[in-house]
Amino acid sequence: MIRTLSWAYLAVAYAFVFLPVAVLVAFSFQDGRLPVPPFKGVTLDWYAKVLGNDDLTAALLNSLLVAVVSSLVALILGFLAAHALARVRLPGSALMRGVLIAPMTVSYLIVALGLLNLFNLTGLRLSLLTAGIGHVVVNLPLCFAITYAAMGDHQRSAERAARDLGAPEWKVVTLISAPMLAVPLAAAFFLSVTFSWDEFIIAFLLTRFDVTLPVEIWSMLKSGLSPATNAVGSLVFLVSVTLVILLELTVFRKRP
Amino acid sequence: MSLAAKDRRQAWGLLAPALVWTAAFFILPFFAMIALSFAHMEGREIVRGFDPGNYTRIFTDPVMLEALRNSLEITVVVTVISIVLAYPLAAIIAFRVPACWQRLALLLAVLPFWTSYVVRSYSWLLVLGQNGVVNKTLLGLGLIAEPLEIASTRAATVIGFVHFFVMLLTLTIYANLIQLSPNYARAAQDLGASRWQCFTHVILPLTLPGVITGAFLTFVLCIGDYITPQILGGNTELTLPQLIMLQLGRSGNFPLASALSVVLMAVVTLAYFASSRWLRLDRV
Repeated sequence: MIRTLSWAYLAVAYAFVFLPVAVLVAFSFQDGRLPVPPFKGVTLDWYAKVLGNDDLTAALLNSLLVAVVSSLVALILGFLAAHALARVRLPGSALMRGVLIAPMTVSYLIVALGLLNLFNLTGLRLSLLTAGIGHVVVNLPLCFAITYAAMGDHQRSAERAARDLGAPEWKVVTLISAPMLAVPLAAAFFLSVTFSWDEFIIAFLLTRFDVTLPVEIWSMLKSGLSPATNAVGSLVFLVSVTLVILLELTVFRKRP
Repeated sequence: MSLAAKDRRQAWGLLAPALVWTAAFFILPFFAMIALSFAHMEGREIVRGFDPGNYTRIFTDPVMLEALRNSLEITVVVTVISIVLAYPLAAIIAFRVPACWQRLALLLAVLPFWTSYVVRSYSWLLVLGQNGVVNKTLLGLGLIAEPLEIASTRAATVIGFVHFFVMLLTLTIYANLIQLSPNYARAAQDLGASRWQCFTHVILPLTLPGVITGAFLTFVLCIGDYITPQILGGNTELTLPQLIMLQLGRSGNFPLASALSVVLMAVVTLAYFASSRWLRLDRV
């Protein structure tokens, strides 16, 4: 009885979770002007239209650029800070951990608003760079927390051994710490990329002429329902899922 | 110089970039925002000073109060429903699904998590809209005579949010359940506890920190979100983030937007202290 109920619940839960995605993908093939029932037949026109749209492809490239560069910066800053805090007891290290984690507990909207005000005051023009700065702010705590949590005694002794044998600090970091932490570093990087790639509110408030993909999709929504939006959404989903599956099969597989 | 002192100096050097970044682009703007919330507008000019007028307005203007209330109501309802739905899902995956299929089951349960955030809300519009899948199906089955008005209501906002947070909470609760040693449950049952007693007296208290942590995350992300209520809720009622965006767009009223953000922060801080006894943010 409970067994049957469990499987029924599982089925209903999966149906609920997949319903919007299924509808999104199904109606991206709609041979008609509206992505709602009745389904009028299959066409790839909307995909052709979307892939031929210069604004969208430009936004896609912008998104990739911002995601990769901001995640790299966040990863390097977060990793170095974690390395320092895990190694030496500094006065106030609990406070510093708190400061580095703090942006995680604040709404993205507030981070964006604060930066918008700052850039207005300093006269820095809004661009992909300013959006990227915002993304580093929110991804730095994530990268720091993941790499900090992954550092253990085993790692510390290997680093100490390298130091005792005369390695300068930069060699310890690049030849010992980083390779030993390859898996958590990769996890932090790809998590940051997926967050940044999909982030809307910071990118919306901190860009002006060159925009990222979520912002471009947002402006598509203003003209109402269209299978073109479904096609873009399905493509983004396809890319993200491919990335997740690749990660699952490579990086996370080796975990004991 | 002693070795320890050299170590410490190097550590500061490694720490400095991250600290400077956080100070310059998070802490400084944050305090600037608080200062700005005490400024006011004269025409289109921002006049700085110490004027608590924005705050008196927020707590007296019915529009602002209603937005605050809407945000709180929606967030609490979403948090409760999401936990109630996600807990059994996580438990079934952890205890019923064979171990070798669990990772796949979990991966599938959160797969739509990876659709674009903006697109996910839009998809719900296709499902719930006047001519959407739900209405067309119910009409076709003859269960309703008129299309239901779900899109552009609070119900749509709540459904959109619940969909997202069920996935998030399933992940955090599952991570908690799977760490429990089966011996606790076995011991309880050896001592004569029924299945239900075992759950309420052993499993649930042990997973409470994980659940509260997930609830706190849900609260923070939900109350600060602009997209879902903006796309799904229509413009019948406003939430706090929508009100903030309106101030930025229409009137360029940065001081009021800042004051509203400070209030939003204060609400989150209160939620933090209410749940801090059980929070394990370092173990998410």
